[in-house]
Amino acid sequence: MSDLSRPTAVSMTTRPASKGAWFDPIFQFACLAAATLLLAALGGIVVSLAIGGWPALHKFGFSFFTSTTWNPVTEVYGAAGPIAGTLITSALALILALPVALGISVFLVEFCPKRLAQPIAIAVELLAGIPSIVYGMWGLFVLAPWFALHVQLPLMMNIPSGSIWEKVFYGVPNGANIFTASLILSIMILPYMAAVFRELFLTVPTQVRESAYGIGCTPFEVVRSVTVPYVRSGMVGVVMLGLGRALGETMAVTFIIGNAHGLPQSLFDSGSTLASTIANEFTEATGEMHTAALTALGLVLFVITFSVLAIARALLLRQRND
Amino acid sequence: MLTKISATALGAALLAGTAAHAGDISGAGATFPAPVYAKWAETYKAQTGVGLNYQAIGSGGGIKQIKAKTVAFGASDKPLKVEDLDAAGLMQFPMVMGGVVPVVNLPGVMPGQLHLPGALLADIYLGAVTKWNDPRIAAVNKGVKLPNLPITVVHRSDGSGTSFLFTSYLSMKNPAWQSKVGASDSVEWPVGLGGKGNDGVSAFVKQTIGSIGYVEYAYAKQNKATYALVQNKDGQYPAPVAADFAAAASHADWTKAPGNYLLLLDQPGAKSWPITGATFILVYKKQDNAAQGADVLKFFDWAYKNGDAAAGALDYVPMPAAVKTMMRKQWAAQVKGSDGKPVYVSK
Repeated sequence: MSDLSRPTAVSMTTRPASKGAWFDPIFQFACLAAATLLLAALGGIVVSLAIGGWPALHKFGFSFFTSTTWNPVTEVYGAAGPIAGTLITSALALILALPVALGISVFLVEFCPKRLAQPIAIAVELLAGIPSIVYGMWGLFVLAPWFALHVQLPLMMNIPSGSIWEKVFYGVPNGANIFTASLILSIMILPYMAAVFRELFLTVPTQVRESAYGIGCTPFEVVRSVTVPYVRSGMVGVVMLGLGRALGETMAVTFIIGNAHGLPQSLFDSGSTLASTIANEFTEATGEMHTAALTALGLVLFVITFSVLAIARALLLRQRND
Repeated sequence: MLTKISATALGAALLAGTAAHAGDISGAGATFPAPVYAKWAETYKAQTGVGLNYQAIGSGGGIKQIKAKTVAFGASDKPLKVEDLDAAGLMQFPMVMGGVVPVVNLPGVMPGQLHLPGALLADIYLGAVTKWNDPRIAAVNKGVKLPNLPITVVHRSDGSGTSFLFTSYLSMKNPAWQSKVGASDSVEWPVGLGGKGNDGVSAFVKQTIGSIGYVEYAYAKQNKATYALVQNKDGQYPAPVAADFAAAASHADWTKAPGNYLLLLDQPGAKSWPITGATFILVYKKQDNAAQGADVLKFFDWAYKNGDAAAGALDYVPMPAAVKTMMRKQWAAQVKGSDGKPVYVSK
């Protein structure tokens, strides 16, 4: 399978050289330089973040990751709140976005009339092009008030007191909380995931799907037993890419998460993420320790995002070797 | 070959383009005065041909940039203490003033109806007073119908000069605030939620019944927000209007402020708005490039002379004439070129 789909480099050398062959070494060198530059830049970012964040990591040690104190006046910093906020909002966003993205792409590939498929696909990709600050403003001025009035308030007023739901839905009824931030994030990662899912599903050979239909499978059975297994590892990669984007999203979240540094106590509680904390405080951070703590947050975010993407790469690689 | 020549030509053209702007003044810092600096720069450029390249990157960024000498002047809402100035060889002077105003969202309460002494305001922000019908609030607001609503505290999430003024004021008025929280651009807020910028705070207050926040005066005015009155040193409740910020400034004694480190908080005078602050410009005392230093001072001297109307139109409060005169004297005495002569003397 893989032999057919990828041309091998060996055959190139045995061909008679064409007129443009002199250009090949230069081209090769330029490509190598580009690749090296990327690696060097990546390494440079890690090193400079580590150096910049070292004073904070050195001073607070492991408690930097477990403490919820974030006090610029006494210069005591702990990242537990933002770390928890980042992981919770990203995971929630993924849970919300995944079924919708799958639904869109399956619809586009299996059911949608051709005339409609292209406009919808373009609309999905346009959604990905909207700047994140626009999502943030929309979240703050439109989604949050609507959510507070029509979801949060009715929920809070009709919950039997003493039940566990009272804890889960506790919060200030103004729509700025972990849940709405996750909602915004899910809208933001949705187009990426839907677009790549669609591309993935289109790679399933038509013959395979047609034969499945031919033996009497329903569309649901085709999707479940043919399409999804065919691209399963690729799908994991898409999920990880979506998660990677959700982890690093800054402006939109900053507007709507409520920006409280502690551990979020409920679904509708205010919180913060690593990226939103950096965006909020970096410009006005004067003390050395404050800057160092924010840089250390950047390092933590880098490590988390890098791990997620590395896992995605590993899973994609495994699919190729299957 | 032709592409190479055209690329070179393009490069040269770009370089020439940059060179044409070499006479511009470069500065960076506080976001709060950025609109008025931009307005002044526009008029100044039309009159003199000298432009201003001001990057509103925040007070902290402005201090960092001037210390790194990447700009000709820095700007900060938070004055540097005299020892910090001396260590870096800098001097600072105030440019314009503004005020911080508490805004509330309380059904049935009109702008200016709610009265709050500073210590009580601090207790609300500490989370010690949690209901609007708390007896302590009721005691200073006889005749105001206070609802049985929980108080939602809203503060700035981003580091800002506004937060610095507000927390400095709370620290002055409430010992518990001073020991537990303190004063800074960003602090560990005991309760409440944070909005990004004046917009963020204002939006959250508008959306949350029973909330209280604080914004810059210009912002409260332009949004017609329901503001609360804060008690000043004389026990009065002045209105947040330009005249009352100017009153605070006129009572401040700049001559007794080493390095011009002066917070205009809680100044005496019946009409003085208690949470008033100036925004500052930072320049080097010893100017390596005397012409560049002169350009900076020339611009701000021009703004002192001609900029009051523009500042007022944008809801900033100009500095009193006496303060301006004092700053001109300080420029002549302190800002010098490598030859030891003042780089600029105001005429």
